[in-house]
This record gives sequence, structure tokens and C-alpha cells, in this order.
Amino acid sequence: MSVLDANAAVTGDACVCDADLNAAPLASPIDTLDPRTRLLAAAAFALVVVGVNAPAALVLALGLAAGLGAAARLSLTGTLRKLAALDGFMVMALITLPFTVPGEAWLSVAGLPASWQGVERAAVILLKGNAVVLAILALVGTMEPVVLGRAMARLGAPEKLVHLYAFTIRYLDVLQREYARLRTAMKARAFSLRADRHTWRSVGWLFGMLMVRSIERAERIMAAMRCRGFDGRLWSLQDDGGFRRTDGVFALASTAGLALLVVVGSL
Amino acid sequence: MTAPLFRLQGICFAYEPGRPVLRDAGFRLDAGERVALVGPNGAGKTTLFHIMVGLLHPSAGVVEAFGTVRRAEKDFREVRARAGILFQDSDDQLFCPTVLEDVAFGPLNLGKSPAEAAGIAKATLESLGLGGFGSRITHKLSGGQKRLVALATVLAMQPDVLLLDEPTNALDAETEERLTGILAALPQAMVIIAHDERFLARLSTRSVRLDGGYLTEATARLS
Repeated sequence: MSVLDANAAVTGDACVCDADLNAAPLASPIDTLDPRTRLLAAAAFALVVVGVNAPAALVLALGLAAGLGAAARLSLTGTLRKLAALDGFMVMALITLPFTVPGEAWLSVAGLPASWQGVERAAVILLKGNAVVLAILALVGTMEPVVLGRAMARLGAPEKLVHLYAFTIRYLDVLQREYARLRTAMKARAFSLRADRHTWRSVGWLFGMLMVRSIERAERIMAAMRCRGFDGRLWSLQDDGGFRRTDGVFALASTAGLALLVVVGSL
Repeated sequence: MTAPLFRLQGICFAYEPGRPVLRDAGFRLDAGERVALVGPNGAGKTTLFHIMVGLLHPSAGVVEAFGTVRRAEKDFREVRARAGILFQDSDDQLFCPTVLEDVAFGPLNLGKSPAEAAGIAKATLESLGLGGFGSRITHKLSGGQKRLVALATVLAMQPDVLLLDEPTNALDAETEERLTGILAALPQAMVIIAHDERFLARLSTRSVRLDGGYLTEATARLS
């Protein structure tokens, strides 16, 4: 009886994420594709878009990426915010380009001429960046990180890289908690960030300690894995299945779309 | 008289030269025993576990496990499959995304097929009352749940010996009670590191003390 009660206590707070990992609550058309298809399509799209320079083709590419975003049911505001962050990152380059690329004068600011060619170059960069990032958000960003790792492995990505990625996902949270614990302990002794030597030294020690603890934890994890017979290879429990009909259809549609981009780009 | 599960003789070990952790430590574990390993913090209790399964190698002495003297890394592969350590911090032990994958990790390494491994993992979880936990995310479990799942990952290897490193550390009373009940019902021989005398008194059949690098049979037998 007491064992049963304890059981209920342990499982009590547990019911939220009991659903099967692979069955996302709102499966979009993109979610029904094999993760490998999504990765390959995203890579192909990025490669083609980077190679195309005609503004018309890039507008089309942005349209295709927006279509993928819609199919992946990306949230509009969240996506726009992410794209705005990207554009903010590029803003300096975009502003300076018209003034640095020589060509037909468009206007002059304080005696500095801005060229039409520069404006076009800036627009091309803006379109390329947004189209590629939007497509990646739609195809790869909607994937569970774990699924992405397995897809990379199955596409023949180096095993070490896949392991690094898998362990990063797993232990990022543990590291973050370790960092938070150390920070709290510092605050509990009245530490606050200032611009002085003491602050710099303390923060240095904080990160040094975090590094030491991470290495020690990595060693303990490795020991625990060896205790369970680990010899360098991670076996997958899941049979991930293969490509299905929808993957073929999507691959054909993607190829057609990319071919169209190339054709429009070379007109 | 059958051979002991473990026999350690004259074990010496030091992390840094001049500061030995173990000096001439001897230890024997027979089938059916549940030995309490006690001693102050930093006395080398965990170190002794790691030497028993070959994660650390003593500078002197002999480790005999399951009737065979073990020296090289490959000798210890079999030892690790037959003697499972429950680590102090369960976060060190659970590294797979989901509980089922983590419990199946050991059986997969032992050469079981994915279907067999999943079957063993499910049965093990079931036997610990963790039936619905298979698809849970390991790092989102509570401390008590992590400890029980970590025990499941060890039991899924179907070991003959359990080496439990502070199994009830940082558990609440209810989970501790549940874990004690589970451990008491297991058939495996065990070595248990713990500081809680009440807990050890309930489980252990005898007690050894590690202090100052020496391992001695505790005279006051826990009843």
C-alpha cells in the first residue's frame, strides 16, 4: 500500500509530457516528411539561393520560402521577429553598400554619392538572407533537436559531430543550472556586477569553475557510459523508417521549384 | 565453497603522489551479501567502486571479479556488464533524450537487438513501477524519478552485483522509502555507500569501514 502511495507521489507531477515524442500535437504538412528530406531540401534551397543573383528570382525564392513557412505553420509574429533580428544584424552592410559600390548616381548624402548598383546589391543580400533563413526556420527549425541529430547521423554526418550535438542538447540545461547555482551563491554574498577588478576576477573564476565542473561532469558521464558497455558507438532504439511517398512528392516539387529559380535567375 | 563475486587484495591507490587514498585495502563480496561501505567524506569509497569495475587502476594489488583476476581494460568489460554502479548524481547517468532510450542503452551495448532492448527496458521500468515513463524526457524528471530511472538503467543490464553510491542521497522521505523497499526485494549482492545508519541497518548484512586509506570490518555489526 505504501509503495503504491509513494508511486503516485513520484509519478504525480508527471502527466504533462507523457505523449509520444514523435506525435507532435499539431502536425503540419512539413512534419509528415522524413527529417532527412527536410534537411536536404533546406541545404539545396540555401545553395541555389546563394548562387542566384537576379532580384526577380530572389523575390520568387522569398515567396517559396514563405510558402514553406505557411506549410510548416510558423507563427507569423515569432517568425517576423526572428527575421527582424537577422536584418538588424545586416543593417550596417545594407546602409553602407549604396555608398561603396561604384555606379550610376542615385542621390548624394553630404557630398557622398550613392549608386543604384549599390542599392540593388543591398536588396539582393537582403532577399537572399531572408529567403534562406525563412526556409531553414520552416524546414529545420520546426524539428525536435533530437530528431535533427538523428537525421544528421543518418545522412552520414561525422559521428563525433552528432555526439557533440546530442550531448550539448542534453547537458545545456544542466550547465545552465550549474551556472545559475554559482551565480546565486555569489549574489547571496552580496556580489553585484560592477566595472572593477574584483568583478572581472570573480566573473573569470565563475567561468573557470564552470569549465572545471563541466570537464569533471563529462568524465563522470563517460565513466557511467563505460559502466554500461559503451564502446564509442551509440545504437539507436528506434527504427526511423525510410522515405515515404510524401517525401518523393516533396522532393520532386522542391526540385521543380529550385529549377524554376535557376531559370528565372538566368533570364 | 564457491568463489567470491569480488576479492580485492592489497589495493593501493593515489590520485596525487604522496597522498594515498587506499593503502593495502582488502575486500571480499559473496553472493547474497549486502555490505554497507561507510566512512567519512573523501575517504575513497567511490574510488573503491571505480577500482572494482576498472574505471580506475590501482598502483598495487589484485582485483579478482567473478572468479577471475582482472587487469586490462578488456578484462573489465565483462565485469562492468555484471556489476552495475548506481552513480551519486543521476544526471551523470541519464544522458539519452528519453527514459526508454536510456534504459535500453546498456542492453543495446551488450548486443541485444533494438526490439529485445526495448522489451527489456520496458519490463525493467514496469518492475520498478515506472511503467508509463518510457517516453518521458530524462532531464525533465524530478530528482526522485531520476534516481529510480538510473536504477532501472543499471538493472536493465541484469547484473549480478549492484554497487550503490549514496542511493538515497537527496531523496525525500517517501521516495527513499520506496527505493529502500525496491532494493530490499532485489536478489543481487550489493555494496552500499551511505551515511544514513537507519537506512543501512534496514538493508545491509554487514558493514565495512574505510578510513585513512584502510578498510576494516566494522566491529559493531548493524542489526
